Amino acid sequence: MLSYATRRLVLSIPTLLFISFVIFMLLQLAPGDPMAQVPLTVPAEVKEKMRQALGLGEPPLVQYWKWLVQVFWTEPKVFIDWAFGTNMTEGAQRVISWQTRSPVMDIIIQRIPQTLWVVGTAYVVAILIAIPVGVYSAYRQYSVFDQAGTFVTMIGFSIPPFFTGPLLIVIFSVQLGWFPSIYDTTHVVNDWASFKVQLSQMIMPVMVLALQITAQLSRYMRASMLDNLNQDYVRTARAKGLSEAIVVNVHVVRNSLIPVVTVIALGVPAIFGGAIITEQVFKVNGIGQLLITALFANDLPMVMTLTFIFAVLIVLFNLVADILYGLLDPRIRYD
Amino acid sequence: MTDNTTPADEPLQAIQALQDKEPSKPPRSRAKDVWDQFRKHKGAMFGLGFLIFITLAVLIGPWLYQVDPQKIDIRNKDFRPIYVALWDSDARTGWNKPFGSDQLGRDQLAQMIAGGRASMAVGWAAMILSLVIGTAVGVAAGFFKRLDGFLMRMTDLFLSLPILPLLLLAVTLFRQPLRANFGPEGGMFILIVTMIAITSWMPTARIVRGDILAIKEREFVLAARSIGTTQFKIIRRHLLPNVLSPIMVSAALGLATAIITESALSFLGVGFPSDFPTWGKMLADAVVRMEEFPERVLLPGIAISLTVLSVNYLGDGLRDALDPRIRGR
Repeated sequence: MLSYATRRLVLSIPTLLFISFVIFMLLQLAPGDPMAQVPLTVPAEVKEKMRQALGLGEPPLVQYWKWLVQVFWTEPKVFIDWAFGTNMTEGAQRVISWQTRSPVMDIIIQRIPQTLWVVGTAYVVAILIAIPVGVYSAYRQYSVFDQAGTFVTMIGFSIPPFFTGPLLIVIFSVQLGWFPSIYDTTHVVNDWASFKVQLSQMIMPVMVLALQITAQLSRYMRASMLDNLNQDYVRTARAKGLSEAIVVNVHVVRNSLIPVVTVIALGVPAIFGGAIITEQVFKVNGIGQLLITALFANDLPMVMTLTFIFAVLIVLFNLVADILYGLLDPRIRYD
Repeated sequence: MTDNTTPADEPLQAIQALQDKEPSKPPRSRAKDVWDQFRKHKGAMFGLGFLIFITLAVLIGPWLYQVDPQKIDIRNKDFRPIYVALWDSDARTGWNKPFGSDQLGRDQLAQMIAGGRASMAVGWAAMILSLVIGTAVGVAAGFFKRLDGFLMRMTDLFLSLPILPLLLLAVTLFRQPLRANFGPEGGMFILIVTMIAITSWMPTARIVRGDILAIKEREFVLAARSIGTTQFKIIRRHLLPNVLSPIMVSAALGLATAIITESALSFLGVGFPSDFPTWGKMLADAVVRMEEFPERVLLPGIAISLTVLSVNYLGDGLRDALDPRIRGR
């Protein structure tokens, strides 16, 4: 297992390098000019100097190399400096956003808590709902509960978040006035009243996201339970005289959770990637919203770094899912 | 049948016994079995019905309802749909504008039909393109051992790309050159369809490869090979028909994803040009005035959701109907 993990980890390095190279070359084709906003009265040679200062004068391959060095060498050192108070990166060039002229990583660190709060909570809520629903609807297959559950998951699959979001806003913010329609990221939680405010502004985006995630997970859980319920070991457990609760909750659920856990692991990058559309609808200024504003503002270093971070997370959690699968299911052997 | 037969004509008798005048049941084709199983799935029948309805509506709708969706009629702007008159007799409604009109007086029903046309066209085109890519990669990887490693690594690579960010990226990057070459609508159509297809063929490829790997080892393929059938004929005559059912299921799911992705792009403002209606764009444009005119959000939203829901149910029913283990139960 360890050798398998190491091999996969080593293999993922060229994959990630290739992905980053593809994204970089794609961005080189971008039609926008970062100097487009500079007034026309600025002389051409000054503009050229400004371009050089943004690192645009070099050939693409050199730019790519410098970006690699900044992301893999400078930024970790900055992180160590920040964590341990050392001083290794005095004056070193970091990845600079063209929009704000501040380091990209600093902005990402500022935005991550909002995304983690909203999307992470949605994920946890979805898991907590989906697993019992999946278990029960598989146990009582074709019952009213199962039919209703299947219908709700179908709806969760089919209704896009850019429709459920505005719909919830109309119902709960405009008509009923229960929850605010805009997520206030400057809100500080320090006592019970402010916690309730935080809760009320989180409910709608969390529900929109949780509906989608629940739909997927409970379907997986149901299918996996149905596979396991007819197995011989279940009959054996019943024949031993174990109570139905133990047969289902201990024997069947534990075995059915194996594929579901890997599906959950595969979904984790999406938490960090942020829900671009949901964040846009509820004005949560998280990672997804950062990406889309950077795209529209032609802020290439930001777009490049964000997309690359998403790719790293996806590759990493694919690996985690595979390893988890091997650890949880002794029948799976990687060699 | 009598017992007093001589041993000599026993074989003859036995053969005659096998020759029943007519089979006890009329023969059933596989297609009929599939259809019977499919018909039992109520959701799938609803899905099929609604999909046919919506397809016909957007195809022949423009002939039945001949109003130009782009025509600006500023005097008759902000009409409410006709059903609002049921509870609010003061509302601006009119039978000539059954779904009302928007802030520029463009007819909403005509816009819905035109928008549906665009959404369905993008959905079908992207789904077919992604199926073609996925099937080709899957068959090549499953059948030709030399290509397998490379193609599957590539599939993994594509699966580890962040899809929506990359889609947004590509659309914003290539919008200008394609618009210049193929016109604003044609360029965006090509771009969106290609991008959706490029980012959604991977599941099909994986499923098809798995099935091809299993079928390739079966005796009928060996038989075909032994009588000298060429490789491409084996693929065309023996392998492709056998992987048709997983392809059809992923076609249904692919259509649903393609419609949602197109609407999402339109919603984020990187889709078709502003005067070209699609359901996602109508929804996005209407969100700012949602309190006064909720129907402008609801109608396209319901249209997208019902279409996708019906396609998903259709896929579910197809999966059940095409699976021989479930069929006949």
